[in-house]
Formats: sequence, C-alpha cells, structure tokens
Amino acid sequence: MTTVNAVKRDAPQARPALPKFSWAWLGLMPFFIFAFLFLLYPASVIGVRSFQDTKTHAFTFKYIVELLQTPYLLGSYWISIKISLITALGGGLFGFLLAYSAIRGGLPRFMRSSFMTFCGVASNFAGVPLAFAFIALLSPPGELTKLLIALGYNPYFHGFTLYTFWGLSMVYMYFQFPLMVLIIAPAIDGLRREWLEAAENLGASSFQYWRYVAFPILFPAILGAMILLFGNAFGAYATAQALTGGSINLVTIVIGSQVSGDVLGDPGLGYALALGMVVVMAFAIVARTLLQRRTERWLR
Amino acid sequence: MKRGGQAWAWFWMIVGILYFFLPLVATFLFSLRARLGVLSFDAYQTVFNDPNFIYNFSYSVFWALLTIIVGILIFVPTAYLIRLRLPQFRAPVEFITLLPFVIPAIVYVFSLVRTFSKPPLLIVDSPVLLIAAYAVLSMPYMYSAIDTGLRAIDVRTLTEAAQSLGAGWGTILFRIILPNIRVAILSGSFLTFAIVIGELILADYLVKPAFAPYMAYLMQQKAYEPAAMAVMSFALTWACLGIIQFVGRGSDQTQIAGGH
Repeated sequence: MTTVNAVKRDAPQARPALPKFSWAWLGLMPFFIFAFLFLLYPASVIGVRSFQDTKTHAFTFKYIVELLQTPYLLGSYWISIKISLITALGGGLFGFLLAYSAIRGGLPRFMRSSFMTFCGVASNFAGVPLAFAFIALLSPPGELTKLLIALGYNPYFHGFTLYTFWGLSMVYMYFQFPLMVLIIAPAIDGLRREWLEAAENLGASSFQYWRYVAFPILFPAILGAMILLFGNAFGAYATAQALTGGSINLVTIVIGSQVSGDVLGDPGLGYALALGMVVVMAFAIVARTLLQRRTERWLR
Repeated sequence: MKRGGQAWAWFWMIVGILYFFLPLVATFLFSLRARLGVLSFDAYQTVFNDPNFIYNFSYSVFWALLTIIVGILIFVPTAYLIRLRLPQFRAPVEFITLLPFVIPAIVYVFSLVRTFSKPPLLIVDSPVLLIAAYAVLSMPYMYSAIDTGLRAIDVRTLTEAAQSLGAGWGTILFRIILPNIRVAILSGSFLTFAIVIGELILADYLVKPAFAPYMAYLMQQKAYEPAAMAVMSFALTWACLGIIQFVGRGSDQTQIAGGH
C-alpha cells in the first residue's frame, strides 16, 4: 500500500516479514478525540452522576428511586410519552396513507417527486418558526381563526386552544407525517405489483389483498417507522418551548429548566431524569433495528 | 378498487398539501399586517433595519460556516480511512455518529453545561464548545452524507493512482478525494447550515448570539416582526434543502429528522 513497501520489494528477504503494523488508525484519532471529548464523555457524566451521591460521591440508587417516587417527574415522562405515541400513531397513519397515495394512487408522476421534496423540507422544519406558523394560523388573532369567526364559528368558544396538549400534538404532526412519508416510501416501493396481480388472479378482494398480503409484509416497516416517529417527538423541545413557553410539562421542558438552575432541588435528580430519556430512546432505537431486520426479509 | 382508489389518493394528497401550506400562508399573511388595514412589507423593513437582527443572524451564519469546516476536517479523513484501510472501525464509528439520535438535544446540552462548567474543563463560555456541539448535532447527517459520497467513487483506485504519481496524504485528501465527493459534501453542508440556523437550544443555553434564540425572544415582545422572521427562516430552510434535493438527485440518500 505505502510507498515504503514498494521500494522494499526488490530487496532480498533476510527474515520472514514482521506482521505488518499499520499506523493508519492514527488518522482516526481526531475523530475519536472529538467524539470522546464532546459526546461520549459528557454523555457518560449523565450516566455516572445518576448513580453518584452529589455530596459523598458514593454509589447510590437513591436518585433513581426518588425519580420513580416523584409524581411530578413521572407525570412529565407520561405527558412526553403520550404526545409521542399519539403523534407517532396519527402521523404514522396519515403519512402512510399519503405515501401510498403518492406512490401507488395513480397520481401524475410529477406529483410524487415534488411531494417527496416537500416532505424532505417539512420533516426538517421545527422549532421556533414552526411554533410561530401555527400561532399565525390558529391563535385567537390567527388567520384561520379569524376566517372561521367570519364564517360564524369561533373555535375558542368550543373548547379549542392552541396552547394545550392537543394543540401541541397538532403542531408536532407537521414534522411527524412528512417524516413517515420519507421513511415508509422505500417499503411501499418494494411492494411488488405482481403480488397484487397474483392475489387478484386468485380472486382475492381488495380487503383480502390488504389483510393477507400487503399488510403482513408492510407491518414491521410501518411499526419500525412509527417507533422512529416516537423518538422524534419524544426528544423534541424547541417547538414546545416556543409554543407554550414551557407551560406543558414535557420531560424535555423539565430538563431544560434544570440546565440553567437546579429547579429540582438536587442535581442528582436532574441527571437521573436525563438518563431516563436516554433509556427510552435507546429502547426505541433497538426495537426499530430489530424490526428493520424483519422488514428486509421481504423488501429490499 | 381502481377508480375509488384514485379518488382517495387525491383526497389524502389534498389534505396533506393543505396541512403543509396553511400554516405557511397564514404566517406570510400575518407578516404583512404590520400596518393597520392594509397589507404591507413594513415588518420586513423593520427587521432588516434592526441592528440586533443583523448581529444575531450574522453570528448564526458564522457559526454554521465554522461548523461545516470543522465537520469536513474531521469526518472526511475518518470516513476515507475507514473505507480504504480500516473497515474494522466501521461499526464503532457509525455507532458513535448515530448517538446524537439517541441522546435528545436538550439532554446533550444539559450534559455539556454540567461537564464543562467547572474546572479543569471550564470552557462553557468558549465558542469552541458551541462549534463542537453544533458539529456533534449535525454529525449523523454530515457523516452519512460524506460516507454515501465515498461509496459512489472508487476510493482505492483514486488513492493508488495519486500515490503512484507521488502525491502525499494531504494532496490525496484535499485535492483528489474532496473534489470528487463535492456534491455529497455540499448536501451535508446545506443540511448542517439549516440545522445550525434553526437551532434554538445550544446557543440559548451556552449564551451565544444566534438567530433562533433572538427570534424566540422577539416572539414574546412583538407580533409582526417574528412573523417576517419566520417567513425568512422558512425560505432559508427551503432554499437549503431544495438545493440538496436538486444536487443530490439520483443518489438514494435518505435523511432522518432531528433537532426539534
């Protein structure tokens, strides 16, 4: 490989060549130093300090126990999980229907490609501007609210508010369903037309085709994609913070307020809270990886 | 199934497109209402004449450019070496590059602030930490973009050809490999740019001037100016990602969202 070897080739070999020792791994050092210093080490700090008494530095489970006994903190996990589940299911279903319509719905070809571009953009669009877009649309002085009022229907008289759980879910949907479209599109592409034709030739109804052919094949892919959507919503912070100013106690919001000051009264509890998030995310990623393997049996 | 299916397809597409565009149209309309009774571009004028906006926005651009440079300097040699000489490191390196998906951004910031705010690691106020953190957040996208780019070219042949002509490692990396994967690097860079410009948490908690925190701050104070900024932010994101879609046509790169 290296020029040194090329030169040596002509020389007679006095002894068996030493096993070649490559210095190439040194070239990976910048990456590993960077990753260790700015990712692995800070992340490990969370893991370590969750199990370390803040004062004595002794090993302890007390923060984990305290976390599990504090209704306020458990509640924040529950709200986060709830909104992630709802928007993963809702966004997953809607995204699947959209992706199927765009790919197999018999729509003009150009619609599919431009739709995919929209999804690529929208799935990346979140945070402050997204929150503001929905405020401009559906807050009391928002454009759609005004239009509805002009039509004689004020949604704010019928129990609707943007700044609550369901309002936030609606905002999350904006980046959830485009992400679903992007992830599920390859699986729908992999659904062979022959399978539909074969099923129809054997006299299967449309329902039977879905129930016995398409759905069992797509199911792991759909579930895996929804898990990714779950993780996507679970880690979200900026959108909720910008929309509600932190009035909905998502676990990310609680951690956010813990960053600048110790609002929980004990730093150790903050670490345990953060560790819990990582555990949930890790579960989601592992589940997704396992499901992906099952998907690949049929769809490539 | 055929006719009914197509009608449903149109129905869902129209619902989806409405969901896309209604908030955008509303923001745009809202941003035009700064002057009572008429539609005007007053809010945009105010924003462009606001020295704080210029200040924060230019800082965000500056951070983004630095992050892109740091990302290229670290990830290109790494991905290149793994492809060429060290395939046994592929799994651990890819695992590390995907970690930011497992660690939510807010948890990551929390760990940074706690780790680097006491001696001997007191760099929480340094822009070095901010850039490094941006580089970590954009790592999954940047690394996979670079790796996809390298997969498409014949790294080994290019390297050997360059070596036989007497090129050193620096020349190979920056004059042979880099230009050959420029499309991939470009799309990784635009995505990084979009991420850094839209990123709220990092600059907010590390107390650095940036666009998103300023916009969040302005949202509490004013009505029409943030709308104008949201529209500009939309346009910028669309431009960045549109360029990626345009230059990246034909490659099968998928992306996973993050940083919400």
